[in-house]
Amino acid sequence: MIPELGNFLLIMAFINAIFLGVLSFIGAHYQHQGLMQFSKRASISIFALILASFVCLTISFINNDFSVAYVANHSNTQLPIHYRISAVWGAHEGSLLLWVLILTGWMAAVALFSKSLPKPLITRVLGVMGFIAIGFIAFTLFTSNPFDRVLPFIPIDGSDLNPLLQDFGLIVHPPMLYMGYVGFSVVFAFAIAGLLQGDLDHHWARWSRPWTTVAWIFMSLGIALGSWWAYYELGWGGWWFWDPVENASFMPWLAGTALIHSLAATEKRGVFKSWTVLLAILTFSLSLLGTFLVRSGVLTSVHSFANDPVRGRFILVFLGIVVGASLLIYAIQSSKIRSKANFGLFSRETALLFNNALLAVVTFMVLLGTLHPLIQEAFTGDKSSVGPPYFNLMFSIFMIPILILMPIGQQINWKQESMKPMLTKYWLWAISSILIALAVVIIMGGIEPMALVGTTLGLWVLAGCAKYVLAQASKSTSFTIGVKKISRSYWGMLVAHLGVAVTVLGVVLTSYYSIEENIKISQGETVQVEDLDVEFYDFKNTEGPNYISSAGSFRIYSEGELITDLHPEKRKYNASKMVMTEADIDAGLFRDIYVVMGEPLDDGAWAISVYYKPFVRWIWLGSIFMALGGLLAVSDKRYRQRRREKKLTKSETTSVVESSGE
Amino acid sequence: MMKQLIATIAILMSLQAFAVIETYEFKTEEQEQLYTDIINELRCPKCQNQTIAESNAGLSEDLRYIVYQQVSNGSTKREILAYMQERYGDFVLYDPPVKPSNYFLWFAPLAVFLVILIAVLLKVGRRRVKPEQTGTEEE
Repeated sequence: MIPELGNFLLIMAFINAIFLGVLSFIGAHYQHQGLMQFSKRASISIFALILASFVCLTISFINNDFSVAYVANHSNTQLPIHYRISAVWGAHEGSLLLWVLILTGWMAAVALFSKSLPKPLITRVLGVMGFIAIGFIAFTLFTSNPFDRVLPFIPIDGSDLNPLLQDFGLIVHPPMLYMGYVGFSVVFAFAIAGLLQGDLDHHWARWSRPWTTVAWIFMSLGIALGSWWAYYELGWGGWWFWDPVENASFMPWLAGTALIHSLAATEKRGVFKSWTVLLAILTFSLSLLGTFLVRSGVLTSVHSFANDPVRGRFILVFLGIVVGASLLIYAIQSSKIRSKANFGLFSRETALLFNNALLAVVTFMVLLGTLHPLIQEAFTGDKSSVGPPYFNLMFSIFMIPILILMPIGQQINWKQESMKPMLTKYWLWAISSILIALAVVIIMGGIEPMALVGTTLGLWVLAGCAKYVLAQASKSTSFTIGVKKISRSYWGMLVAHLGVAVTVLGVVLTSYYSIEENIKISQGETVQVEDLDVEFYDFKNTEGPNYISSAGSFRIYSEGELITDLHPEKRKYNASKMVMTEADIDAGLFRDIYVVMGEPLDDGAWAISVYYKPFVRWIWLGSIFMALGGLLAVSDKRYRQRRREKKLTKSETTSVVESSGE
Repeated sequence: MMKQLIATIAILMSLQAFAVIETYEFKTEEQEQLYTDIINELRCPKCQNQTIAESNAGLSEDLRYIVYQQVSNGSTKREILAYMQERYGDFVLYDPPVKPSNYFLWFAPLAVFLVILIAVLLKVGRRRVKPEQTGTEEE
């Protein structure tokens, strides 16, 4: 009964979405109050329907209703309750429903938090989102319905959730990532609505900015969580693989990062309007492309979903319609966009232009690398691969100028700046970054040229943030007053850039100075791994809720002193008979020690892997800073005081905007 | 149903990603480093999208052993990669070779960037900046 109810609610939401999509545009065109009011209410009711439908699926999981095919394939009576709930989005059908839930959630949020916006605009925005919802609900209903039954032969037990996914990571990573992916649909809808109306003034940028930033925050956290999850779950110390599915989430993030920056320029200076609109369209298109790549099976990847050509075709057609239609609208209407372009070569506008050019090229590079094997196979039939060596090299090439420009770009004035006096101030900072980096790499274990470059750049960005604070402080009478004058959105930028520096340092140091050793070790034995002594002191077989575990116990000593006690496991899951390794990690701010059980060898000894990973935590710490930066930026008072601002006199408004910076 | 079941099993199999640990002994640290580098750059020809270092497929195991032997015999990275490429094609190379069919892959991003760079320098560099009448903001 409950699955049928869920299905029915989904169908209701589908019908509602069709009404929303169609009636919104009619209502907005004729400025019909009733229809415009309807679009708001419909958005909220669609969200409520999808939420209820999602709850139905969740209940089916909790009740172990194996008459539902999706539940039978991805759950098991032995599965602990929290994994039964997260198993809802553990595979294609359910995760698609989660996607739709989040999409309609954003839609309802737009409907609720947009009282200050002109009604026809907001109605069109909801209409565009309604159309996207139609596509995705139809995709769910007609190709991937999670409520399909397996009648009459109901399995006695489910075939279990993939053990890789029986983890905290599955609970948090997909919802976060989807919040980001789908969140970009808001700025997309704003862009299309603006284009349809033909007026994209700077208000458009101001309204879109906080929504974009919030989506970007979720996306940053989602990607970082995925990376952290892979790091501890896959059991070989890697944290980023340039896997097509990772790239699928990285591309919209890169484009979204570019978008945040160009929106800043568009809002503050009225420049690059046309480009910003295009970028908004491209960012969401990349989100859709990512969905297509992950769910269609065109790419071979470790974590792509079940593949069915019908699904691939559906979403490819949908992708074609959305991208094609939005680019067509852009082509027809973009000539109406008037940008100001009053800035010199050495100005913040140019700096942001370079930021965007570089990020766009990086996005293009990732796209090219991801699709190249596909394209090549389609045209020549040759199978080829593009992997980490390509991506790492190309990514570094374009990251170097981004990082070099970052501290200058964040300090330079709008419009025009005299180059020489500005740049001379940076010499000391640049030289100290190089010297400190030199010291760091020597302490870390030797000079690697690329490690030195990377560390220098990380420190250079760090120095840029410090320099900015100092420069602001020196403008005022005292340090504290000066620092207090820095607005929230500026703090946001500084903290986010600080996050970039932290991530860069983490990536560089962990890539170049990690130690990885596979050793053969028997119980009672102590083996030396570089500066560490590893003692294998105990071995136990235990039983978990739905698996049998073999756990080794290891003491790690450094110079005779005990640092940590680790218990890596090998688990054999009862339902799927899959064997999984559970690494045990001693995490630290400056280094992780990571031990993985391998296989038992002939003579009773075990093969184990020991990793020493310096600064690996900084990779994710940096992402947290980036997200925090975004949070500071959206909490800036100018977004909260929008209505009050209207009442201020013109001169006051100018000073408010100036002090809030960017 | 059966089809779905098979698909599910296939996915479960492909997802069986756990660390493969072998304890090969090397004469020098350079050789060990070389071995690690190479197995992390070769794609398992039979798996979804994994290096032979990550994969636990039998073929990967054999390939790792071949790499180990060749490294121990003093082969260079270039020689070992060429050996693998000859047998399994470009598919095994995660580092795509720089050759005409890959020129677009390797040089297009740089070309795009250079075009943008020149366009910006030409357009913005020539422009004269007008003083604005009212304040710095358009509000």
